[in-house]
Formats: sequence, structure tokens, C-alpha cells
Amino acid sequence: MGYVAVTGGTAAILRADELVHYYRVRGGSTPLEVRQIRDQQRLAVDKVMGEGSLYAPTIAALALKQAEGDSIEASFILRAYRATQPRRYASLAIDCCRMQVIRRISGAFQDIPGGQILGPTRDYTQRLVDFSLLEERESIVREFLDRARIETAGKALPDSFPKIVSLLRREGLLEDPEEGDRTLRDITRESLGFPYPRSAKLQSLARGETGAMMALAYSSIRGYGDIHPYLGELRVGYVPMYIRHPARPEPVYVGKVLVTEAEIIAQYAEGEKGTVPKLSLGYGLCFGHNELKAISMGILDRAMRSKSACKAPAEDEEFVLYHIDGIEASGFVAHWKLPHYVTFQSTLDRLRRSQALKEESKDAESQGD
Amino acid sequence: MLNLKAIERKGGYNFAFLDENTKREIRRKTLKAVAIPGYQVPFASPELPIARGWGTGGLQVTMSIIGPDDTLKVIDQGCDGGVNAVNIRKLLVKTTGVGTTFDTAAASIIQTRHRIPEEPMSGRQILVLQVPIPEPLRFVEASMAKTREMHSEMDYSRMWVFLYENIVKWGEITIGARYPSLVNKRYLIDPSPIPRWDVPKLHMAETLYLFGAGREKRIYAVPPHTSVEPLEFEDIRFRVEDFSGKACVRCGSDHTYMNEIYGGPGGGKLYVCSDSSRCDKLRAQRGEAKTHAGK
Repeated sequence: MGYVAVTGGTAAILRADELVHYYRVRGGSTPLEVRQIRDQQRLAVDKVMGEGSLYAPTIAALALKQAEGDSIEASFILRAYRATQPRRYASLAIDCCRMQVIRRISGAFQDIPGGQILGPTRDYTQRLVDFSLLEERESIVREFLDRARIETAGKALPDSFPKIVSLLRREGLLEDPEEGDRTLRDITRESLGFPYPRSAKLQSLARGETGAMMALAYSSIRGYGDIHPYLGELRVGYVPMYIRHPARPEPVYVGKVLVTEAEIIAQYAEGEKGTVPKLSLGYGLCFGHNELKAISMGILDRAMRSKSACKAPAEDEEFVLYHIDGIEASGFVAHWKLPHYVTFQSTLDRLRRSQALKEESKDAESQGD
Repeated sequence: MLNLKAIERKGGYNFAFLDENTKREIRRKTLKAVAIPGYQVPFASPELPIARGWGTGGLQVTMSIIGPDDTLKVIDQGCDGGVNAVNIRKLLVKTTGVGTTFDTAAASIIQTRHRIPEEPMSGRQILVLQVPIPEPLRFVEASMAKTREMHSEMDYSRMWVFLYENIVKWGEITIGARYPSLVNKRYLIDPSPIPRWDVPKLHMAETLYLFGAGREKRIYAVPPHTSVEPLEFEDIRFRVEDFSGKACVRCGSDHTYMNEIYGGPGGGKLYVCSDSSRCDKLRAQRGEAKTHAGK
């Protein structure tokens, strides 16, 4: 009988697992090397590290391989792995002035101290299918690398670049950073109520899903609570990380991570009465090279500080922060695949009674005529 | 001091997957939930290797209270053999090695989604419920910041109006499962998507009920011997699902929560027990051995 199909789950689950494996490899081509994904699917790896909120390029690449390229699934694998790792230290605040940049631009100024550095970007290329890549062979790649001799970060460029926003601040055009709660809260270790402290807001945004953040930021700039943003500065590069260790008086260098940083200059802040109007700042920072996410984060960070009485979705902190997490959103949207027949039965019971009552009252009405 | 080295490991992971500090936090929050019946206690809720919305809250509660001597039962929709129950049981068994059972009476911890077993449970058992939406006021207010205030002021007026408007519009309250209920005459809870059939089982029970919402990061509890009253009006009373005239095709029971299935002769409908363990027991009593619970 039909109902037997819902039980006997063990065998079905095992077979489904085997089928997943089969579908990944059934083409018979050479198995992907994790290193190939890490090197050649750089932006996918960066996205997974950001949304999975763990800086681990090799594990992120492995997760992408395992998930057949599904970035949300890969981020979920990484996030679940992260949850099993001990937290031993908190790094000291990183100084993005000391970033070894690979790219650095400003949309607000024609020229900036240190210069605009285009770096690796597809912004000014035509999105034509490159059919030559169909035939890309190792020899071709090697020949290109020999010929190009490209020096990346560290040698060709200076060690540090001044911040555009600090120039604006010096001139009194930009508001000073808010005082408020500057303690570091960890959203993975405690559940916070709204309004979030700033550190928690930025953490939530930094691990948000790129697409969700982009959609909300887009809604803002299209007009639902527009903050009229300018891209003050966007930089991509490596930042050094330091920790404090009890055995050492000096901060200890632990390595460098690739990050994307966006500083969004927005409309005058609604200042207190009698104060001089100033521009305000939205801040975006995420793991890896992910410009859309950093810019979206900067826009949302600023939009969420809106003091408007009638808030648009992107200005509502609770709305934004509850809905941008890709792991939470994907899990709950997908959970409708689970059996719901007990609750559906309960709904049918209500509906049938409701229908019967309507019929009864209709009959009563017609009898009254 | 907690001796981390003394804790037994299973398959490369800590006993019951979570590290001991995380478990301790969850147990503390659970104790708070028991001390304030029906109050939603926020907790950190780290990610698990099971998707958010698929039982991670219930899992974390179970993982934090389970010990090597426990006997575990896992059900989904009342059934031990459902795919999700199997998956969750597999994770718990893999990381704890505890014994499992389909028999409600034999279990010390039962993790469940959408049902409370039909057989009465004792004071030595704990029922852990998986919760998708812990907030009963979500029907009338989307913001958690606002509902928190409403709870603290015990302001449930909008919920009453919602139920009243339901009756005016439809002649009937439209909430099927997840029926809002007042715990200990103080906090309104979402009893998780159990059918209304199961709500009376929460009232003045022998058993401790723990509710875990992983994605929403909340734990709440109904301790034993605590009143749980579904919201109702003097003239329109709370009613459970109506199965009058229906009986389970397998065990013949006519007083049990049933699922209706299109599968009868001539495309007709059949009714079958939702609680597979009890259905099997009744059949065994009648001498029919084949199980419904699956393997």
C-alpha cells in the first residue's frame, strides 16, 4: 500500500547518497584536483570562504568539489566544519592602510593619492564567450606565464596607501565614527537581541550571502530608502593579522588574508540640531575577492543606520540581518521538502469545518428567503 | 574542572558531536527555560552538519543532554522510519553509540518533529521537540524585537483579536497545527507544529518537554505538572482534529491521530495511524507481526 513508501528510509538514504556520488563522476573525465579549483575557481572559493565564514582556501575548494559547484551547499559544509573548530584567539584589529593591494579604486574622485590601481578586474572587458579557452592547454598557460612575468602585490606597489575617507575626515566633510559600544561580541557564541551592537552587525554582514545582500542593497539604491551612495574607495589585497600571545610582549604575526574592503560615502547624516551637516560612511569588508559583496555590505551598513520613521526593507536592521544568512535561508526554504503530512492533515480538518460552516450558513440564508 | 581529555570520542568527533563548552551553554539555557516555563531563552546555536530548519534546535538540545546510558527514539510525523528521523538518528548514533528503540515506553529521550507520541510518557522520560518558528506571535507580528516586548508585558491582545477575526471571517479559527497556548498562565508558546490533537498532552504532564529552535536560536520548556492552556473563547472552545467515524486500516484504532491517504480501492481514501510505534504494538497484540515503523 502507498503509505509504506514513507518508511524504510535507511535504504533509500544510502542509495541517494550513492547516486549523488555517481552523478558527480559519471561523465568519466579526470577527477578535479582540489588545487585546480583553488587556483582556477578563485572567486568561487573566495565566496564560499566569506559565506562559510572561515578563511581556509583548500577546504573551501574541497567543499566546492564535494558540492558539485553549488556555492551555498559548499558554504554550508564549510560553516558546519567551522563550528567544530576551537576558538583560541581573537586577532588584533587589522589595519587596512597596511594592505598589500592588488586593486584599489575610487568612484568619488578622479585621482587619489597613491593612484587608482585597476588590478585584476573584468569591469572594462566585453562579456564575450572566450572560445579560445576551449583549447587551453598547459603549454599555452606556461607560455603565457613566461611571457607576461607579472609581479603581483608586494614589489611593484608601495606597502601602504592612505585612506580616501581619512582625507575627507580631515577636511571636516565626513562624520566621525560613532562612539557607542566598541566591545567585540561574537555572534557565533551568543544570540543577541536587537538593536545589534556594531561589531555583531558587521559580523553578520561579513558572513552574509552575496546574492541576498546584493538584492537588498539594490532595492535601496533603486529607491526604497535610498542613501545616495558613492564608492569612496574599494580595495582588494592582503592584510597582515596579529594576535596577542601571553608568552610574548609584542603582537605576534600569524599570517595574511585576502580581503575586499569598500567604503561607501553616503548622504549627509541626519545630525543633531545645530550641528554642521556631514557625509556619512558605510563600511564593507569580506574575505577574499568579492567586490559585489563588499559594496553591498557598505550600502547596507549605512542604510541600516537610517533614522527614518517609515523604514524601507534595507533600512530595517532586523529585516536585513535575519534574512541575509545563506545557510539559514537555504535550510529553511529547502525544509519544505520534508514531510508535512501531520500539519497538512490538521489544516484540512480546519478547512473542511470552515467549508461546512459556510454551507450551513448559506442553507440558513436560502431558507430565510 | 572539566577534563576534556576524559571525554569519549566517537568517529573523530566529541561525544554527541558538540564540544563540551557548547553543551554546557545549552544545558544552562535549558535550565533557565525550565525555570521560566514557556519563556524563549536565546542561545548561540552553532551550525551542525544538518541543514538549518531540519531539526538543528532539537538536535542541539538532545546532544547536550544525552549520555551513554540513554535509550534514544527519533520520530518525524510520528514515524520512526521517516527519512528525516533516520538521518537524525544516524547522526546521534554515530556520535554517541547509544542504544535506540522504536518503543515509546522504552526510550529515555525521544526527539520528535510534529508529534507527541500517543502512549503516555513518564517522569523519567524527556521529549525533545524540533521547532521551526518559536514565536507564537509571529502570526500577528514579524519583528522579534517587538514580540519580545509583547511577551514581557504579557500583551497578547493582538493574538486574541487575530483569533476573533478568524472566526468572523471563516466561522472557524484557521490555525491547524502550532496552536498558541498559554504556559503556567504566563507565557504564550508556539508548541511547535504538533497537531491540536497533541496540545492537551502538554498540560499537567509527567514528562519534561524541551523545545529547540536552531535557526531562530531559542530554547523553551514545559516542565512536568505545568498548566498549558490553548487559547479559547467561552463560547467557541478549543477543539482538536475530528476523526469521528474513521479508523486506522492497519490496527483498527479509532482514537488516534491519523493521516489520510489516497490509496484505497477505486482511488478512495484510507486512514492510517500517524504514531507508527503504537500502531505496531496494537497489531502485535492482534498477532500481526509486520511492522509499520520501517527499519
